[in-house]
Amino acid sequence: MSATQQVLVAGRPVLGNGRWPPAWRGHLRGSDLTWAIAFVVPYAAVFFAFAVYPIARGLWMGREPSLYAHVVSDPHYTRTVINTLLYVGLGVNVMMFLALLLSGFFMRRRRWIKALLVIYILPWALPAVPAFISFHWMLIGEQGLLDSILRELFGIDGPIWFNHRGLALASNIVAYIWKWMPLWTVIFLAGRMAIPVEIYEAADVDGATGTRRFVHVTFPLLANVYLVCTLLSTIWTLGDFNGAYFVSGGAPAMSTDVLATLGIRYAFDLGQPELGIAVMLSALPMLIPLVIVLMRRVQAMEVQL
Amino acid sequence: MSGAPSFGWPARWPRYRMRRILTEAASAVLGVVLLVWSLLPVYNMLLIALDPEGDNEFAGYIWPPDPSLESFWVVVSQGHWYLENFWSQFGNSLYLGVATAFLTMLIGSLASFTVEQMQLRKARMLTNAGLLTYVLPSSFLAIPFLSVAKSYGLSDNLWAVIAAQVMFATPFAILILQQYAKLIPIELDEAARIDGASPVQLYRHIYLPLMTPGLAAVGTYALLLAWSEHLYQYMLLSSARNWTVAVGLEQFWDSDEAPWNYMMALAIVYALPPIAVFYALRRYLAAGLMMGRVKG
Repeated sequence: MSATQQVLVAGRPVLGNGRWPPAWRGHLRGSDLTWAIAFVVPYAAVFFAFAVYPIARGLWMGREPSLYAHVVSDPHYTRTVINTLLYVGLGVNVMMFLALLLSGFFMRRRRWIKALLVIYILPWALPAVPAFISFHWMLIGEQGLLDSILRELFGIDGPIWFNHRGLALASNIVAYIWKWMPLWTVIFLAGRMAIPVEIYEAADVDGATGTRRFVHVTFPLLANVYLVCTLLSTIWTLGDFNGAYFVSGGAPAMSTDVLATLGIRYAFDLGQPELGIAVMLSALPMLIPLVIVLMRRVQAMEVQL
Repeated sequence: MSGAPSFGWPARWPRYRMRRILTEAASAVLGVVLLVWSLLPVYNMLLIALDPEGDNEFAGYIWPPDPSLESFWVVVSQGHWYLENFWSQFGNSLYLGVATAFLTMLIGSLASFTVEQMQLRKARMLTNAGLLTYVLPSSFLAIPFLSVAKSYGLSDNLWAVIAAQVMFATPFAILILQQYAKLIPIELDEAARIDGASPVQLYRHIYLPLMTPGLAAVGTYALLLAWSEHLYQYMLLSSARNWTVAVGLEQFWDSDEAPWNYMMALAIVYALPPIAVFYALRRYLAAGLMMGRVKG
């Protein structure tokens, strides 16, 4: 096997023994260094101009402690924090757990299950705005599709979903799960496929099947992936704007807003961008620990690999 | 020994078979549930779009009594005043998506070439720092981004949206490209260096051709991201000339008595291109996501 083939098969680690030093080894001189810097300048420019500066500007705009006093004294804010915690806590955990179970279902080797997977990932392919607009019209009340189905097929009068805070919040969460569960299912499916068959064969010999196999073999092997995905999903859900904005639209009476939608409402409907920033920044005590744990976990995984 | 199974099996057979039938039945039920779950909101879009009366009433049908493709025709022929700029909006969305994809591929591949092939250490620090923008919720950055865009003279400019999308897409793109670049045999670089190739020649003649699958994944990711994003387009684009389809949808949304069947037809037309791209390239996407998200 040639060196090229070895590298293609096994990746960089093959080179670890120092037989093939990297082309530059980080010691760049003269024109090479100039080129290297020129290559990285576009990225650096975008990063500083459109990420670092806006972040700094946001922190600067939200520097006044009085903004936070104002925000906290707004009764909408407390409700919004509770909504956000429910949206993230329930939405993410239910979604990830169902995705984990469903990835097991999609592992079954049946042709119709493969075909079903193609349909099942449709919500992931659909842009968020049309998807959530459709959810809104599906749940709009007696005229909506869901209540019409309940009436025509089962003779039940469905609730007016957006007149009740709990139901409206649940609608947002279900819509969010609908949109993003396929992504995580596919990732867990790939994770399950990466588990060597021999491990399952060994477990089979030891008599572990069904639930016991899941608890003692599959889940421990997927635990790290599951944790990293849950953290990532938590961070994204915390900042999700579309779900609450398009599905319930904050109804009834702005009682189902989350931090992202309340911040945008302050900034644009009330014309007070500083207050909006303060609402967003008040999520940092939740966000920063999550990011730190995530970074640590990802590093730990790299070491394992 | 050989006799034991022949005594044991017949008695167990029915239970084993029973269990298999139950498993099959359960998975069939689950299959039907998943099918309804996945398709109900999509069916709802079609139901509303296919109702020719939907512009003045909204009755609770579960089946369109008189399906017609009229609302799709109204969308593509710009036959309603909400839709009079449809093709211009569609063009802007396309421009936004393609520009974002192109710039993400270009900037991302140059940066990842410097980090992975040329091993410039300070650049690696920079790209690692960039990953923080990957975990930063885009809605949280929207308000200061608007004020920054104004100070750059980019208010009501499609390029402000492109800049935002490139900024959000590039760190992830670099991550994926770095994973792909590890598959490039370093001897190719070595040999080219000995032959006196400059970094630009290496990038053009060795790196880019070998990275094509990775670049395809990254470009698709950026295209879908920019096409499907809504908040930045809504916030940054104020004049009708610059609107995208996402802003056009929002216009329906903000109105109290818009023709809902046209809105749903517009939503479907808007969703078709990303769905087509997604299904055509989903193998690349899934592989890319695995590399970037799970392997970190």
